[in-house]
Amino acid sequence: MGLDIRIPLGLMFLVTGGLMALYGLFTRGSAIYEKSLDMNINLIWGGLMLIFGLVMYILGRRPRRLVASRAQGTDRSPGGDGTH
Amino acid sequence: MQLTFIDWLIMLVYFVFVLGIGFALKRYMRTSNDFFLAGRSIPAWICGLAFISANLGAQEVIGMGASGAKYGIATSHFYWIGAIPAMVFVGIFMMPFYYGSKARSVPEFLRLRFDEKTRGLNAILFAIMTVFSSGISMYAMALLIQNLHMLDSLFLAAGIPLSWIFHVSIAISAVIVLAYIFLGGLTSAIYNEVLQFFLIVAGFLPLVWIGLKNVGGWNGIKHTLGPAYTHSWRGMEHASTNPLGVEWFSLVMGLGFVLSFGYWCTDFLVIQRAMAADSEESARKVPLIAAIPKMFFPFLVILPGLIAISVPAVQDHLSGATSSVSRAAPSSSDTHAAIAQTAENKGDVRAVAAEGRGLIPVKVNAITGKPVVDQDGKPVLNYDLAIPNMLLRYFPTGILGLGLTALLASFMSGMAGNVTAFNTVWTYDIYQSYIRKHESDAHYLWMGRVATVGGILLSIGAAYTVTNFNNIMDALQMVFAFVNAPLFATFLAGMFWKRATGHAAFSGLLAGVLAGLGHIGLTLPVGEGVSVKGGWLGVVHRYPSEMAQNFWTAIWAFLVCLIVTLVVSMLTKPREERELVGLVYSLTPKPEEHNLPWWKRPVTLAALVLAMAVALNIIFA
Repeated sequence: MGLDIRIPLGLMFLVTGGLMALYGLFTRGSAIYEKSLDMNINLIWGGLMLIFGLVMYILGRRPRRLVASRAQGTDRSPGGDGTH
Repeated sequence: MQLTFIDWLIMLVYFVFVLGIGFALKRYMRTSNDFFLAGRSIPAWICGLAFISANLGAQEVIGMGASGAKYGIATSHFYWIGAIPAMVFVGIFMMPFYYGSKARSVPEFLRLRFDEKTRGLNAILFAIMTVFSSGISMYAMALLIQNLHMLDSLFLAAGIPLSWIFHVSIAISAVIVLAYIFLGGLTSAIYNEVLQFFLIVAGFLPLVWIGLKNVGGWNGIKHTLGPAYTHSWRGMEHASTNPLGVEWFSLVMGLGFVLSFGYWCTDFLVIQRAMAADSEESARKVPLIAAIPKMFFPFLVILPGLIAISVPAVQDHLSGATSSVSRAAPSSSDTHAAIAQTAENKGDVRAVAAEGRGLIPVKVNAITGKPVVDQDGKPVLNYDLAIPNMLLRYFPTGILGLGLTALLASFMSGMAGNVTAFNTVWTYDIYQSYIRKHESDAHYLWMGRVATVGGILLSIGAAYTVTNFNNIMDALQMVFAFVNAPLFATFLAGMFWKRATGHAAFSGLLAGVLAGLGHIGLTLPVGEGVSVKGGWLGVVHRYPSEMAQNFWTAIWAFLVCLIVTLVVSMLTKPREERELVGLVYSLTPKPEEHNLPWWKRPVTLAALVLAMAVALNIIFA
């Protein structure tokens, strides 16, 4: 299909991670982080998600390598054609 | 539950992407092949993640967390015994037939191998089961939203009665899933399943990380809970010496072989994702690729359950709602005061200050407010709250939105998987086979979209049926046992024995299903009365647990089907061998692998997967 899954996947993690990290930045030192053992989990995890999203997005935008995806290997002629 | 704008924002972002993918893919849906089979063009790794994600409904996430809290690490058997071997088998041995035959569905394969009536029986049974599965996902999601009070603040602010939350949740989930499947078909479902997979990992990995830190790691858990909960193979010689209530034989044969192979090898929900692969080699690798994350999911979904019961009970919890959590143990008067205050604030009638276990509260009867007790008068624990309470315990606002979105995503991937399987089986195996046989491809594409709407409507109906008959969820578990198990026997006979005939397959399948039903009717687990759980034909045998009864139902149904298939085959005429090329193992040329380097061959991946599974079993034995 024409749309590489890594593009929406990357974008979603970029946006969500970015939002969380930003929120983490604004709530630095807040009491809400007592729950997460005093770690600013929004900043930390948001940042990691952002990086993951970026990597995915970049991978998805690279030009596709010419169809090595149609595999060599184990194709053989089918026993039926799937219709009546 | 206090959700803030950042939590809502994260959820909104997710739904925007889910719908956006549907819209983006709409232009590629030109033929019925595009719509139902994603054009058979999806790379192996994407299909692999979709394969596992379609299987990972929220019942599994919540259910495995609950089982982890109830049974301990023995729950991992459902993965390392109850999934991995079957996934390896279907990838290596069965995908060549499924993919190579060009069958567009599992029932269609049965038509190619056996005959029309076998296809019909399978198609109808499957269509009913899959619609009910979808409905149950819908129901469970709406119930969770309601019980966790996720939407309460929104509804109160908008002046909408809280009693509408359940119905609105069902409606919204239905509309979203309907939209993205209607637009983008199987491709949309697969893409969203990949999204959901990563989201689930993103939501639960930090939970496990923080939780483990809090309870002292795996060693801390072993110290707090003792050996029964932290060693999966201890006490497996006998049903009474382990938390699961089964012995190793029925575990390996019932779960490990019949039930798990019955599901992974024949359930179109997952097989459909492998059929969408871009080549036969890819298709063989799909279940193997899927097996790798599957193997590590216990650490993501079962471990939170164990952590939940290892957490020192710092205070009591209202079931479903929560007061603010602090790590310092308050004095008991503070606790009661805090609960009473919070209860008043939330408009709950009463608080529960009963004994729970760690984060697991006692089940409370919603009407009377009294704790639910079992036959010995002991309070019953509400294990289903393990994962939700873990999220509430460790996640501040922000990441809490992520965790809840991950939960909602897993419900929706379960629903979508069932709906895509349903619309395909309906269109090809029921509509095209029996109703309108010679229409254009555009007509069937249109029918597929209609079937999507129909499937969603039927799912909603099933969801409300579950509301009125709360035993349906138990019933469906049992139905899977006596429908999938004999189906697996039929497939084994069909794929590996050229002598198996259509009459035999049909009668074997029917006999197996009836035998399974009969087995349930004649047996009961210890401590249960005659009910949907069995015994309605008279109680001939008592099993030590519900799980044991389930395993033996599957074994029994499988054996009866196999034997009947064998016997009737010998009495009926088989098809010509040349008609069965590509459909039976002995008549099909082996897949050519010698022009692939050894490390690219599916068999190598399979060996690696099995080795890892064995290693995990040994480590946690």
